[in-house]
Amino acid sequence: MEFAELIKTPRVDGVVLHRPFMPTVEGTLCLTGHHLILSSRQDNTEELWLLHSNIDSIEKRFVGSLGSIIVKCKDLRVIQLDIPGMEECLNIASSIEALSTLDLVSLMYPFFYRPMFEVIEDGWNLFLPEDVFKDLESMTDEWRLSDVNKDFSVCPSYPPLVAVPKDVDDETLKKVATFRHSGRFPVLSYYHKKNGMVMMRAGQPLTGTNGRRCKEDEKLINATLRPGKRGYIIDTRTINVAQQAKARGGGFETEANYPQWRRIHKAIERSNILQESLIKLVEACNDQSHSMDRWLSKLEASNWQTHVKEILTTACLAAQCIDREGASVLVHGTEGTDSTLQVTSLAQIILDPACRTIRGFQGLVEREWLQAGHPFQQRCAQSAYSNSKPRQEAPSFLLFLDCVWQILRQFPCSFEFSESFLVLLFEHAYASQFGTFLGNSTAERTKLSLPEKTVSLWSWVNRPQELERLTNPLFEANSLVIWPSVAPQSLLLWEGVFLRWNRSSRCFDEAYDEMVHIIEYNKELQNKVNSLRRQLAELETEDPLLQTP
Amino acid sequence: MEHIRTPKVEQVRLLDRFSNKSTNGTLYLTATHLIFVESNSNNSTSAGQEVWILHHHIASVEKLSLTTTGCPLVIQCRNFRLVHFVVQRERDCHDIYSSLLRLLRPVSYEELYAFSYNPKQNDQQREEGWQLIDLGAEFERMGVPCDQWQLTDVNRDFKVCETYPRDLYVPITASKPIIVGSSKFRSKGRFPVLTYFYQEKKAAVCRCSQPLSGFSARCLEDESLLQAISKANHNSRFVYVMDTRPKLNALANRAAGKGYENEDNYSNIRFQFVGIENIHVMRTSLQKLLEVIGTRSLSMSDYLVGLESSGWLRHIKAVVDAAIFLTKAVTVEGVSVLVHCSDGWDRTAQVCSLGSLLMDPYYRTIKGFMVLIEKDWISFGHKFADRCDQLDGDPKEVSPIFTQFLECVWQLTEQFPQAFEFSEWFLLQIHEHVHSCQYGNFLGNNQRQREELQLRERTHSLWAFLMSEKQNYLNPFYSPAYADSHPVLAPSTLPYNFKFWRNMYHQFDRSMHPRQSILKTILTLRENSCKAESALQSLESRLQQLGVTPIVTSDPPAPPPTRDQRSSALPPRPDSLILGAPINHKEEHQRQDDDEQEEVGEEATESFDTERTVEGSSGTESRKQSYGELDGTYSSELAKEEPAVVSLEFGVARMTC
Repeated sequence: MEFAELIKTPRVDGVVLHRPFMPTVEGTLCLTGHHLILSSRQDNTEELWLLHSNIDSIEKRFVGSLGSIIVKCKDLRVIQLDIPGMEECLNIASSIEALSTLDLVSLMYPFFYRPMFEVIEDGWNLFLPEDVFKDLESMTDEWRLSDVNKDFSVCPSYPPLVAVPKDVDDETLKKVATFRHSGRFPVLSYYHKKNGMVMMRAGQPLTGTNGRRCKEDEKLINATLRPGKRGYIIDTRTINVAQQAKARGGGFETEANYPQWRRIHKAIERSNILQESLIKLVEACNDQSHSMDRWLSKLEASNWQTHVKEILTTACLAAQCIDREGASVLVHGTEGTDSTLQVTSLAQIILDPACRTIRGFQGLVEREWLQAGHPFQQRCAQSAYSNSKPRQEAPSFLLFLDCVWQILRQFPCSFEFSESFLVLLFEHAYASQFGTFLGNSTAERTKLSLPEKTVSLWSWVNRPQELERLTNPLFEANSLVIWPSVAPQSLLLWEGVFLRWNRSSRCFDEAYDEMVHIIEYNKELQNKVNSLRRQLAELETEDPLLQTP
Repeated sequence: MEHIRTPKVEQVRLLDRFSNKSTNGTLYLTATHLIFVESNSNNSTSAGQEVWILHHHIASVEKLSLTTTGCPLVIQCRNFRLVHFVVQRERDCHDIYSSLLRLLRPVSYEELYAFSYNPKQNDQQREEGWQLIDLGAEFERMGVPCDQWQLTDVNRDFKVCETYPRDLYVPITASKPIIVGSSKFRSKGRFPVLTYFYQEKKAAVCRCSQPLSGFSARCLEDESLLQAISKANHNSRFVYVMDTRPKLNALANRAAGKGYENEDNYSNIRFQFVGIENIHVMRTSLQKLLEVIGTRSLSMSDYLVGLESSGWLRHIKAVVDAAIFLTKAVTVEGVSVLVHCSDGWDRTAQVCSLGSLLMDPYYRTIKGFMVLIEKDWISFGHKFADRCDQLDGDPKEVSPIFTQFLECVWQLTEQFPQAFEFSEWFLLQIHEHVHSCQYGNFLGNNQRQREELQLRERTHSLWAFLMSEKQNYLNPFYSPAYADSHPVLAPSTLPYNFKFWRNMYHQFDRSMHPRQSILKTILTLRENSCKAESALQSLESRLQQLGVTPIVTSDPPAPPPTRDQRSSALPPRPDSLILGAPINHKEEHQRQDDDEQEEVGEEATESFDTERTVEGSSGTESRKQSYGELDGTYSSELAKEEPAVVSLEFGVARMTC
């Protein structure tokens, strides 16, 4: 298919662009296969380059022969293009609509994008399971790397290599896979170096209504317990939801069959409810009404903050079981691809200082989201402005980022990255020139040959100039476990995402610059003091007479 | 002292408000404070926590019914601290309870702490403290008196209006008979006077109380006074009259012979209601808010619903909206505005002061903010004694009007991080002392009363104290240049700009706060830079003495863009909350009292980098403690534990008061 077929009018002059808190720009609008470009052709005004895949929905309005297209983006920005000429406007609108809803992955921009920068480190090879496992091997010999899934036949959403207890062979794993949702048998998610406790994740057990059991499953998860120790199973669903799952062949681990495990149910909502919540929240944030009651009741009705609180609380609980209680943990929900990953990844942020560095956080996203089979393609197909009925869209990853931001707010000095890194990940998960978030699983990514045909987001991020932009100037390595407060009074609305386009950020940016300045000035001073001290010390050792009395 | 029956009770437990934690200790009752000292428990290496509660801060004491563990005593403070003690013996509890009941309700001003508080200053220092803020000079700064406005001596002896100050500014053309006539037509004699003069447009902000218009009464003198105010501004042919009340309230007042200006009787006025609710609504609203946020294991939904139904943020927004209306009228339209409510000492004070703050960058500095409070609140007779319940008075007169003002300012500081010289700590500290009755500034209801009490002779001024620790209250992001580019602030009042002020209403609930504070970190860095600057100087001069040119360029690094007097070292942060700074300051601060001179040449490089402790991260110590706690619950209902409790428990590594 040629993009040209979809582009009826490639170019319109005299288009006026309106963006919130920015001066309007008049210029020429161009449509390419992947971008909407507006250029004023003047030297100092910036151009607008908008990826079609970033467009969530559009609206058309006409006043006489002047048409306006309101473009609502997945990053929650809303812009308006005034286009002279009704026909041009209609053509542009229908082209945008067609181009922004292309279903075929191989037509996506990442396959056409050629980097304008030199790739220093190829992001596709940075976080391979075999390399990650080497670190684990240096700490414990209780785990092995199994290639039972090498052709993705045992579990289509798992990577080819997964860490499992050493004493469990591949045949057992295959049997366990038949007992777990989507073949997602329990695998290692995190090893807590301090006390050797582990966190595993899986899909729900397929006990069904007649209480099916699987000896191999019991054996597998018991193999992770030290003698005489017990563990926790954290089911991210409420007991009612878990009960209902039985009717559809799912279920949960019963005490009788798993006597060494204690099951805790939490209440993280399913994806369709989360998507609805996002839509409501964004609607509330864009409401220009001056009524305080209306805002607060809409914020409440969106339930977004409730989800944030619930997810954080569950993650704290998992971390608490591991660190405080010295127990191993198995986390699952239904499929084990959404709420499960939110919990396991956030627990690692709390427990493991390494995950709070830029590189470590990339590794965490890679391990616990991409390789763990979070279906990014499905979940991020549409964002909050979509008019089409949500299919499998859900802001699971955005909620995770929101929770990380909450912890970052409470421990502003303990993260190597700043808020902008989280915002960047949000943007790229929904629309990107990089291939990282394409596909739904490692299997799909392999099939699409993403590592060969596209550039990794990490290749771009891990360059000095980008890193500098994403670094938190306040960072000071903190090797401790960080326990956030989850009281509602301590959790805030993530303004950097949800109110980002509704206010001018100028004075906040200036204050931030001031902060960076204070920090740098202090560093510079300390360095000077230190070097003068050395100089003086050297003089004094050379000539003992100089020594101060 | 005669009220204290039991000065000391041992074996008292202090329960944490939001978790199941408790600490054991001893309770002491002194003439001014209730003090809880944690007993040095087995495994804690740190010194016991101390909680000091000034009697004046106590809003209520409640003795709950006896339980198996003892007799609970719940104390609620005006600075939003809530402590829950369990006293072992019922009789001790009762003694403390009845002593407190007596102590927290002083019947005469003489009993207030301010009259006994002695910060070791001599009379001259005290006198200087009181001279720090000079309102005469302030009006001069605004450009008054001028060709249109003059100082009148009509109230020299508080004869015309006893709740106004002696010095008042009125239009040149307003003669004494007009003023006196007008005052008789205004509630409590509070006739229209100048409170802020916007020099650029010669527009005035005036304030007064409601007219005694009833259904039809009119007063020619009052009409001429308004006319005079209008004429004093050549830029505009009319004045706005802002009635800050909801229209319904104003209408109801007519039946009582009060009311609002009839546009037909006054030439050239434009009348406007702005709808801020009265003191009773505000009091109930705050009570509701506190009830909601005091709930244990509060769900997000209940929190947001409670925030909405309390109406608190709606009221805050209403005040800010009114101030914006005032500011726009004066700075954009260049029109003079007369602001009133019922008596002109609550809503009027809020709107006038907040409006001035938006119009004039001076009020956004530390000194300027003191001046603003002194002018619009203290001197114009906001009834601090009644509103803050200083003496045992009418509970219906108590209302958080001033707290609301401080919160409005805080909301603005959140929107304009560079516009204010002071940080949140300054606002919190002022709030603390408005209720502490430790300084004379806020005692009484008006200037006349303060003079009678001889406060200037017998008490100390808060402003002098705050000024002496100015460094603690600086906002590191403050940019004086911002005032040049944004002399008038135009905040957005879309609802999402108003946030719950956690650091005020949960000031003492440490578990709710961020575990690391950017403000504190940056202030510490600035302090370090300060020290480094002087160290650098002394090192350089030492090297020069030795005849060596320092290797690094001897030019000092480019000075930071902040323009404060960084030469003087910071005064030590106070270590008691009540006597000193708000909670954030209290945190132990790693300071090296190092004499740089002596360290030269020694291996001092290490010690120079101030250590930063990570609060809230679990140290080994606290981890061990909670191990024990949790082992017991292993088989019990961990699943049932409420989320907030679960991780709040773990949020606090070590609780300090």
